[in-house]
Amino acid sequence: MSTIHLAINGKPYAVDVDPQTALLTVLREHLDLTGSKYGCGEGQCGACTVLIDGKAQRSCITRVGSVAEKKITTIEGLAHGDRLHPVQQAFLDVGAMQCAYCTSGMIMSAVALLQKNPNPQPNEIVDLMDGNVCRCGTYPRIVSAIQKAAKASRETAAAKGASR
Amino acid sequence: MKDKSQVQVPLEPERYELRAASPYHFELGRRDFFKFLGAGLVVVSVLKTAVIAQESGGGRQRRGESLPQEINAWLHIGENGKVTVYTGKVEIGQNIRTSLSQAVAEELHVPIENIEMVMGDTQLTPFDMGTFGSRTTPTMNLQLRKVASAARDVLVNLAAAQWKTDAQHLVAAGGKITDPQGKRSVEYAALLKGQQLTETLPQEDPLIPAANWTVAGKSMPKVDGREFVTGQHRYPSDQRLPDMMYGKVLRPPAFDATVVSVDTQKAEQMGATVVHDGNFIGAAAPTTQLAEAALAAIHAEWKSEPQISNKELFDYLRKNTTEGKDPTGDGDRYDTGSVDQAMSSADHQLRQTYTVQYIAHTPLEPRAALAKWDGDQLTVWTGTQRPFGVRGQLAEAFRIPEDKIRVLMPDMGSGYGGKHTGETAIEAARLARAAKRPVKVIWTREEEFTWAYFRPAGVIDVMSGVRKDGTITAWEFHNYNSGSAGIKTYYEIPNQRIVFHAVKSPLRQGSYRALAATANHFARESHMDELAHTVKMDPLEFRLKNLKNERLRAVFEAAAKQFGWGKSKSEGQGFGMGGGFEKLGNVATFAEINVDRKSGEVKIVRLVTAFECGAIVNPDGLRNQLEGSNVQGLGGALFEAIQFDNGKILNDRLSQYRVPRFSDVPVMETVLIDRKDIPSAGAGECPLIGVAPAIANAIFDATGKRLRALPLIPNGLKAA
Repeated sequence: MSTIHLAINGKPYAVDVDPQTALLTVLREHLDLTGSKYGCGEGQCGACTVLIDGKAQRSCITRVGSVAEKKITTIEGLAHGDRLHPVQQAFLDVGAMQCAYCTSGMIMSAVALLQKNPNPQPNEIVDLMDGNVCRCGTYPRIVSAIQKAAKASRETAAAKGASR
Repeated sequence: MKDKSQVQVPLEPERYELRAASPYHFELGRRDFFKFLGAGLVVVSVLKTAVIAQESGGGRQRRGESLPQEINAWLHIGENGKVTVYTGKVEIGQNIRTSLSQAVAEELHVPIENIEMVMGDTQLTPFDMGTFGSRTTPTMNLQLRKVASAARDVLVNLAAAQWKTDAQHLVAAGGKITDPQGKRSVEYAALLKGQQLTETLPQEDPLIPAANWTVAGKSMPKVDGREFVTGQHRYPSDQRLPDMMYGKVLRPPAFDATVVSVDTQKAEQMGATVVHDGNFIGAAAPTTQLAEAALAAIHAEWKSEPQISNKELFDYLRKNTTEGKDPTGDGDRYDTGSVDQAMSSADHQLRQTYTVQYIAHTPLEPRAALAKWDGDQLTVWTGTQRPFGVRGQLAEAFRIPEDKIRVLMPDMGSGYGGKHTGETAIEAARLARAAKRPVKVIWTREEEFTWAYFRPAGVIDVMSGVRKDGTITAWEFHNYNSGSAGIKTYYEIPNQRIVFHAVKSPLRQGSYRALAATANHFARESHMDELAHTVKMDPLEFRLKNLKNERLRAVFEAAAKQFGWGKSKSEGQGFGMGGGFEKLGNVATFAEINVDRKSGEVKIVRLVTAFECGAIVNPDGLRNQLEGSNVQGLGGALFEAIQFDNGKILNDRLSQYRVPRFSDVPVMETVLIDRKDIPSAGAGECPLIGVAPAIANAIFDATGKRLRALPLIPNGLKAA
């Protein structure tokens, strides 16, 4: 047991925990950040996806000791106040969910995807999202939502550029 | 018009005494209603006995469950105008929180934001058998529309009385009653100030015809969608209480194993609460890590009997039939005409056997429950399709009356028929009783794969006789174990013998989205394809020749048109179809596949689904259910199968049990047939049934290889 310092969604946290503990367990059990979900415990379903320094990572197979002092973003930290992240907004607009248990992980994976590739083609989305499972089968809508979010982000970026 | 405020809730006082063992909060007098809900207007819906019998699956009751109540839903409009709807149905991803809100908004003429749905809370909502069988839309949707419509009438009459005018001149809209002639309006809230009104259904009250719907019938985003995209929604596994502990259960090494000896001393010394009670061994601790460590420190010896594996499965199913009824309640045997005679005089006879493996529901959220005791009162938050059923199971397990138990069901991470039972609720409650603190139990994926229950495996033998001109004259169909849902044929065949044979299943089995209709349609629609080829007829033409049902013909024809049936195909391409009737819905699925001759890889290129389930309530929600059914159907059709041997599950992880992913999804086109003249039916199940036969038939079309076992290609076509 040791004290581990974490930076999650821009806030500092200190937790007394075995450094081998899964980040997902720390988020859910110690910090009550339950937006990240348990689905398989072996990095196969993506429901626990969070961003570590901007990169999508499966928190169920990430040891908490390995992410101390790194910048961690969870689904709870994605919106700015009332303003949703474009990916969140697009999932809502497209209705890209049924039970929505996979949605947090899908959104986090999609945010990371769009940071790497702001204009992904559907086949690229399929390739990069293939590690995320939706048992309700809303895959086509998730692809549409990611494309919609990409478009919205590009337009916002263009508008910002033009106003400069 | 009679004064509706005088109508009393029809609850007879003497019946309280009769049901003293399970007095519900809903057997209340009129005054108690308002003590409970606050002033305003209450409209109560009473379900007719015949419907109750149907809802409960042929009237059979399990031990520990209460009898259905007469009241099945109610609606309350408070003095503040807030509308609260109480139903025992639950939200598991099928979006009924939205579609039921739409129905109420439509009839009551209030903005959908003013409506709160209270669902699946055994203390607050009326009894409900459970959310399954695609029953919500045909029954609960209709009931709530009636309830809301009656509430609107009460409000209109109140305004008419207040203004001393004829109710017929008044209009209800946007949460207000307006008098267009007198140019005045009053909000529902103002009308209900200080009122305590009750209204009871059923009654003769014309509903708004589907053709005139304005809110219902439109696509509507998930009512609380924002909670989900921000991670704020609390699923059953996210529930939390102060001082809560985490529980873990020691699993036996094989099914039906019994404990020989247990040593819990070490675990107890670690500071965990350890329970050994009969075959139940578990530990609770302030963290999951400690609970797991304590569990690992328990030494237990078990004994079990030798059990079969996949290899012997189908042979076993044929040889181990039992007397008794199929739990789906569809009946077990249908005989018409003389099959033997018709078979011997047919131009062609065909005998084939089809099989399906056990598959796992694999809901992304595994079973979870949080339990707390206050003295002898038990409260459990858990993910289940049957909160009242779980309450019954808890009452039985702890030998306490049901009125001491409250089960709440937060909108959960899906079920697909796989969460009808209350294992985790019982486990959490047992540990919480010992720990004297709330305990949460969340199953691991491995536990969910092993200790939940499976979609039944089955063997289906089909024997048929057909004339040269394509008329089917004889049909014999034997289903071993998989179930009798969808077992009857909708093709016009004069001589039939259809039998379901119950079997003592080697694995624990239960409901699965669409039940046995998937297996029965796979066998029937594959066999139809084989018969069509036997008489050298086009499969569509052959089906239509033997099919009179207009609604079913319509979906086959609509799907064929959209698909472009009859077009020429290229090397490796294959086209196939399958369809049928289930849960009041009609579906036809056409598949286009492509086979890579070298690698044997089969790609599902395109699925075209035509679907008709009466008047459409929410077209977007319906498309979502159709696409979801198709994707889920792909898994069972292509690669899902539980591997087991000697009481163990061999592929109990997502890395070993393949479920459909993004890259498995074909182009999906849906044709929705909106029959506004037919009552709305549910859509969460029926669309699944056409997927497997359509793909199997398309594979035959492409390769000439007939696959008669589900999954079709777990290891690619070459291995099949």
